[in-house]
Amino acid sequence: MQVSMKLEMKDTPGQLVAALKPISDVGGNIIAVIHQRDEKTDGDVLAVQIVLDLQEQRLGELLSLFKGQGVNVVRIGKERLLYKHTVIMIGHIMHTDLGDTVDRIDCTGYAEVTELTMVMPAISEPSSARLVIRAVNKEDMEQALGILREVAKEKNLLIIEPLEEIG
Amino acid sequence: MKIAILGMGAVGRGILELVDEKDLGLTVTGLADSKSALMDKDGIHIEEVLSAKQERGYCGDKSLSATDIVERADYDILIEVTPTDAKTGEPATGFIKKAIARGKHVVTSNKGPIALHYAELQSKARKHRVAVRYEATVGGAIPVMHTLQHGLAGNRVLAIFGILNGTCNFILTRMAAEGLTYEQALLEAREMGYAEADPTYDVKGIDAAIKLVILSNTIWKRNVKLDDVEITGIDMLTTDALRLAEEQHCTIRLIAEAVPERGILRVAPRVLPKNHPLVVDGSLNAITLETDMAGEITLIGKGAGSRETASAVIGDVLFIRDANARSH
Repeated sequence: MQVSMKLEMKDTPGQLVAALKPISDVGGNIIAVIHQRDEKTDGDVLAVQIVLDLQEQRLGELLSLFKGQGVNVVRIGKERLLYKHTVIMIGHIMHTDLGDTVDRIDCTGYAEVTELTMVMPAISEPSSARLVIRAVNKEDMEQALGILREVAKEKNLLIIEPLEEIG
Repeated sequence: MKIAILGMGAVGRGILELVDEKDLGLTVTGLADSKSALMDKDGIHIEEVLSAKQERGYCGDKSLSATDIVERADYDILIEVTPTDAKTGEPATGFIKKAIARGKHVVTSNKGPIALHYAELQSKARKHRVAVRYEATVGGAIPVMHTLQHGLAGNRVLAIFGILNGTCNFILTRMAAEGLTYEQALLEAREMGYAEADPTYDVKGIDAAIKLVILSNTIWKRNVKLDDVEITGIDMLTTDALRLAEEQHCTIRLIAEAVPERGILRVAPRVLPKNHPLVVDGSLNAITLETDMAGEITLIGKGAGSRETASAVIGDVLFIRDANARSH
């Protein structure tokens, strides 16, 4: 099964690699490790989100291995689209078939538009929208953004992409 | 050390003032503006020239020109600080080539020649065993070229990300902070002297792209051109877009980005968390260098201004002097 977890650990060199080792020890497979820069943590605590694939009966074993390593499991869930990007769009968003724009991402199966906030000023003025796109991992997100770029070109919309996390 | 200065705009005046005020060991033996020139192998009296320029609008003898200075004045380093022509790079490129051919070092703040003719100028300079330095072309006072060439020597630079245009950064800062429209913020930038009467080069992202070309060619020597850069400006941005970013603790900045391994060379407005190191306010510039040994280095500083840009030029001049002192 696929599981997502939010982990917290001491932010010291090598700690992340050490923390992820128990996953292979229980025969699990890491699908994504997401370290979002904007995540608010206290001082020397490192917070990461991981998505992994493992046999359900071995989950308990993994959790106790984590505990033994001093890794705190903050949350555990089955949602899989943990990689999140916020994109801003400017132009005639509504009149260029917003439904289709969203669909083109959603129909990929690996990425979804999970939030949409739109501001429409006067008629004929360009509107602005914020889209939250979620994907399983970085590669899928890159694919999804590629699709969005194509759509934007077609529909003459300006896409303001997030600056990818450096490093 | 004897220097000849071409150009008496903000940068040229800044250099003259600083050479006069500070004990830098530099003597100005040639000087030209767009209408006149003067030379004196024993040193030009800087205060007199500055007040003459202010009173009558030109600095020296109208029968002399910049070409006369380049070809005949007695100098060790030519300081080329005339306005940038991004399409032709002239007349600056011609001046620089003539100085190199005379065996003179060159320091310039002019983006045209470096963005258009980098490889050619460097190879000519090598042939004549002189240096061509251009710290002031990118990031104003920020010593990014020195950092790249000396401080980070031995590192492989993997990527660069930068805020390279102070005008755009000022406009975006004001739109976010005060809810101004793009047009209002642009007007304000003009009133504050940050934007030119024709702001096209700045707001369309061209100025940032030219600087990205200069940085890329300095680092990776791949001879990229302005046409290779994918450019989106900030002139279509709405106040709503900035507000939408703000609601997520983010903001929008015009980012120049080069990641050769992924074929990325672009200038575009981007969404960034407000606590990101590149999010600087007002007319500041910021540059992040991602390297294999040093990791990430971010430099922040004033991207324009008379004395700030003069600081970058003087840094180059003194570097050349000290490097030559060592080799003799």
